[in-house]
Amino acid sequence: MTPTWVRLAELLASVLFILALKGLSSPKTARRGNLLGAAGAAIATAVAFFYGQEFFGGPVQHLPEILVAIAIGSIIGWIAAKRVQMTQMPQMVALFNGVGGGAAAVISVIEFLSAGNEETVAMLTATIFTVVVGSVSFTGSLLTFAKLQELMTSRPVVIPLGRFITIGVAVGTIATAVLLVLNPSNTLLWLLLGLSLVLGILLVLPVGGADVPIVISLLNAFTGLSVAASGYVLGNVLLIVAGTLVGASGTLLTRMMAQAMGRPLTNTLFGAFTAKASTSTASAEDRPVKSASPEDVAIMLAYARKVIIVPGYGLAVAQAQNTIRELVELLVAKGIEVDYAIHPVAGRMPGHMNVLLAEANVPYDQLKEMDEINPEFPATDVALVVGANDVVNPAARDDKTAPIYGMPILNVDQAQQVVFLKRSMRPGFAGIENEVLFDPKTSLLFGDAKDSLTKVVGSLKTL
Amino acid sequence: MDAIALLTIFILSIFVGIEVVSKVSAILHTPLMSGANAIHGVVLVGAILVTGKATDNVQLYLGLVAIVLASINMVGGFVVTDRMLEMFKPKKNEKEEVSK
Repeated sequence: MTPTWVRLAELLASVLFILALKGLSSPKTARRGNLLGAAGAAIATAVAFFYGQEFFGGPVQHLPEILVAIAIGSIIGWIAAKRVQMTQMPQMVALFNGVGGGAAAVISVIEFLSAGNEETVAMLTATIFTVVVGSVSFTGSLLTFAKLQELMTSRPVVIPLGRFITIGVAVGTIATAVLLVLNPSNTLLWLLLGLSLVLGILLVLPVGGADVPIVISLLNAFTGLSVAASGYVLGNVLLIVAGTLVGASGTLLTRMMAQAMGRPLTNTLFGAFTAKASTSTASAEDRPVKSASPEDVAIMLAYARKVIIVPGYGLAVAQAQNTIRELVELLVAKGIEVDYAIHPVAGRMPGHMNVLLAEANVPYDQLKEMDEINPEFPATDVALVVGANDVVNPAARDDKTAPIYGMPILNVDQAQQVVFLKRSMRPGFAGIENEVLFDPKTSLLFGDAKDSLTKVVGSLKTL
Repeated sequence: MDAIALLTIFILSIFVGIEVVSKVSAILHTPLMSGANAIHGVVLVGAILVTGKATDNVQLYLGLVAIVLASINMVGGFVVTDRMLEMFKPKKNEKEEVSK
């Protein structure tokens, strides 16, 4: 048997994981929660070497190789996590999630190879479940990474008959999995592995734009479940608890995110933003817009009583978080009421914008959530939209044919004046034209967000 | 451990998992996802266990691959989450004073 103290240590690790998730749910305790989770993981890893005689059939074999592998993985993970910029956070999480799913799948492949014929049906089912779900999570996450990193288009990719191919591969995967349970064979296992890897790609390909973060969250929950299943296969309670916690909380989190976007989950996955662009795209270049100079914007802001800033991903890309904070400080010093309106999915992931602004030392209480700020737009003199587009597009509210219809938006179109800082007339991540841009009360200041903001700050100081 | 005991643990964990995150505020969605992601990096334990009893080279090499992948997930996950949360922290007190 595994020594009692090892099992007690694993119990401690399980408790730490629960406390970690609990802590992560509140801003005050979040950081400590994460550290508790890390402590739990460290304890669990350390005691894994002491499972003893019966499990390993002697002392742990291949100890040097194992330690080297841990060192390599840890160094890669550490460096990647330290180097990544805050704007690239979503794809980093996707990547870490993918390798975790990959690890779970590989573990089950090994289990199958070593004991395939002797396993009970329940064990086999769990093993095969892990292979499938882990592999789907692996390739799905890698593809999500590629989309967010813009290694490929972030738009939905629709291949001819794609839906049927996906259904075909899914059915093939399930059929192979069932066959494998009934009649274990290594050949079938490799076939299953291949099918699952392809399935992961096919499932994520047609998902586009703003739906990608929801998919990351869902794949995260998938990986959790596959870890739980591999815990069952290995008879390891800790893996069951940790994997299930992540699977359950991840599923709930995915639902909350989908709700924040007003999109049922099935819609995200299967009816994902179809590739048709909205009708007005073709004429966009010809339609008149009102462009403004940085001085115009500075004057507009200086004589406002209430200003709402709507930051988007473009702000982060331009690394303009500090400049916007400087601008807001100037306005507040003039006695103007300023708030940031944070859409739940501003940035590339729910809560992403909060992280980015926190990084720039923007006070926490100036950040207002959508439901809180929306009623204030009609009483707002200037809504300053920096690098956001889809989250302020009234098509989501008014145009039933728009692919983003139903997503809650920030009602900037109700403000007295709207200023957009944009790089170009290019539509947003979802690829849909925004009618507010052509509204007579809207002014556009073209250019890099940081440049533009610096100029606005400059002229504000001279006023 | 017998199957029913494992199933019991599984089911109870589902409820715990749902309960602990049910009140999370939207601003913490990203760090929470990232933190949960780090926690399933504990699959490293499974990778160590199967590698530690590998009986041939195929199993050994596959096991080492799993260990590397799982360590990236675990270490990278916790470090990246900490970096995100680091930014939330020091601000709050001074701000509350300013605004009140």
